Amino acid sequence: MPRFSLHRFWAVVLKEFIQMMRDRVTFGIMVGIPLMQLLLFGFAINSDPKHLPTALRAADQGPFARSFVAALRQSDYFALVREPATDAEAQRLLQLGEVQFVVNIPEDFSRRLLRGERPTVLIEADASDPAATGPAVAAARTLAATVFDRDLRGPLARLRGQDGPVVFAVHAQYNPENITQYNIVPGLMGVVLTMTMVMITALAITRERERGTMENLLATPVRPIEVMLGKILPYIAVGYIQVTLILLAARFVFQVPMLGSVPLLYAVALLFIAANLAVGITFSTLAKNQLQAVQMAFFFFLPSILLSGFMFPFRGMPEWAQWLGSVLPNTHFLRIVRGILLKGNGPLEIAPEIWPLLLFLIVAMAIGVKRYRQTLD
Amino acid sequence: MSLLSSDLVIDVTGVTKRFGRKTVVNDVALQVRRGEIYGFLGPNGSGKTTFIRMLCGLLTPDAGSGTCLGHDVLTQQAVIKREVGYMTQKFSFYEDLSIRENLDFIARIYAVPDRAAAVQRSLEQLGLANRSRQLAGELSGGWKQRLALAACLIHSPKLLLLDEPTAGVDPKARRDFWDQIHRLAADGLTVLITTHYMDEAERCHRLAYLAYGNLLTHGTVDEVVARAGLTTWEVTGDNLPVLAASLRGRPGVEQVVPFGNTLHVTGRDAARLEAAVAPWRAAGGHRWTRIPAGLEDVFISLMETAKDNFA
Ligand SMILES: Nc1ncnc2c1ncn2[C@@H]1O[C@H](COP(=O)(O)OP(=O)(O)O)[C@@H](O)[C@H]1O
Ligand SMILES: [Mg+2]
Repeated sequence: MPRFSLHRFWAVVLKEFIQMMRDRVTFGIMVGIPLMQLLLFGFAINSDPKHLPTALRAADQGPFARSFVAALRQSDYFALVREPATDAEAQRLLQLGEVQFVVNIPEDFSRRLLRGERPTVLIEADASDPAATGPAVAAARTLAATVFDRDLRGPLARLRGQDGPVVFAVHAQYNPENITQYNIVPGLMGVVLTMTMVMITALAITRERERGTMENLLATPVRPIEVMLGKILPYIAVGYIQVTLILLAARFVFQVPMLGSVPLLYAVALLFIAANLAVGITFSTLAKNQLQAVQMAFFFFLPSILLSGFMFPFRGMPEWAQWLGSVLPNTHFLRIVRGILLKGNGPLEIAPEIWPLLLFLIVAMAIGVKRYRQTLD
Repeated sequence: MSLLSSDLVIDVTGVTKRFGRKTVVNDVALQVRRGEIYGFLGPNGSGKTTFIRMLCGLLTPDAGSGTCLGHDVLTQQAVIKREVGYMTQKFSFYEDLSIRENLDFIARIYAVPDRAAAVQRSLEQLGLANRSRQLAGELSGGWKQRLALAACLIHSPKLLLLDEPTAGVDPKARRDFWDQIHRLAADGLTVLITTHYMDEAERCHRLAYLAYGNLLTHGTVDEVVARAGLTTWEVTGDNLPVLAASLRGRPGVEQVVPFGNTLHVTGRDAARLEAAVAPWRAAGGHRWTRIPAGLEDVFISLMETAKDNFA
């Protein structure tokens, strides 16, 4: 029996392409949605995420250093998860997104504090998501001003000084001005693609079934995989139009920095677009009519926007939500896009986010092909 | 009469299909010869569409076996699909594609050699060449039917399965359609066609009648009529509705059907029927004539009996 046939696949591609171009309203919406969301989400939504993973570089083990670390530990904002041995390792943790902060306590911290030299505590923050870092940094500032009040009593009280006993320096990396658009606009790419790609393909097969054209299609020798890939291909092109629109807006309207490689971003986008299309196809094999297909698409879209780290900082969410979010392709794509654009990440740094996308794509596609029935039974 | 199996384009037995607990097609056997136009009749919901879908691999039978174009209907569905043209009951081409685009799509799917020429030829045969850019959704019923037939034929199938192709089509278009079917059959194409029209049934070489999933009779028109053994009286005269009302329900009287200005009174048992109508014949005032039973009388009689037995 013949397996995949290129001419049948191509027949489906051409048919879908003509139908897509002929449906002006839908096509307009697909291009319009990114523009509209860009406008709507120009304003960020803030929240107060806690227990952010933090790396500690303590070069001093004196009593004041210890009480500062203890106070950090007790605050709700910082979870001291790593103690890197070198500065380079600390930087790497920050770039990979494994920690949100690196807290640096310098050598001689305790001694210099006692001498009234106001030593510096440096907090390096991954500010690519300012909503996540802002409140924590503010909390650390207050902490630094008051943490030694109990230790500095009697004659030492003068060390409290006017400006506090230590200098508190924050070094915001990747988005030093804490501009929320820098975070929102790249994030939009995943959100827009999720919404339109899933919806549009969810309708693609359901429409055939609802209009009765499925019976005809099934009576021909065309195979499920040919139908699926044929339906997916034209929409990949639409997805790239959306990616391009958002990148142009990011660059020229919102002046988002683009540190990394845009071609790399385009390459990864293919994986993400395909994953969403596969979800849509799977939905369309489950839905009985087009309305159900749209409802399923929304069912998928909501967590993709709420739990992916787009709307709320990922680390601010409860654990179960983080777990759910990790399954969603948008979560990983969001990190990839922000990583490439704001941190200048290369293939090596984004690799940990690639395989969950790939796995998701394979599983979704397999379910879709399996669910697509070749008969009307 | 025994047939060489190679002459049989459709040869199935025991075909059964259930949806849930409802048996929609029940133990149906059918043999259709090469070049034959085979009529498939029966009331709505009797399982005609379901049976056809099983023939072309769209549904899997729950029981039964046999071949379609020499290929096993249970295991070789993919091969069957390539050699069959199936015209669905409901128009099922793409309304947002033009006539030419629809034909082109189907031709690509079947990998028709020299596709552009095949599509053009098909358009010309249809008389659609100058409307080829019109969207299929804008066509009237008759033209949609023509397009569907053309699309079913573009890959030169060996068997045509036509499911109520002439429903909602005007008489002239129906006549043209049937002329084309007969031309195709003369060239060796086999056609299985479902219809509710008696004149169309009479244009088939052979036919079968299905009711509530059961195949009740099959053969040529004459065979079917003869086998039913019906006796029919045609009555003309005044006050036929009153007469009809009093005849209905009498023992031996199975159907009382007005046909224009006449009344057809039908029963299976000639003697009982004659006895039942005797008082009215004796009373005079109407003209009573024995006529051969028509196909429609036969089908209605079969359906009434089937209703008692199966429904
Ligand atoms: N997919 C299905 N699921 C459940 N019931 C069905 C399905 N298809 C057909 N039926 C039922 O099977 C019966 C026969 O239908 P069908 O084959 O369309 O009859 P016909 O074509 O003779 O009018 C009907 O009662 C119909 O409701
Ligand atoms: Mg039917």
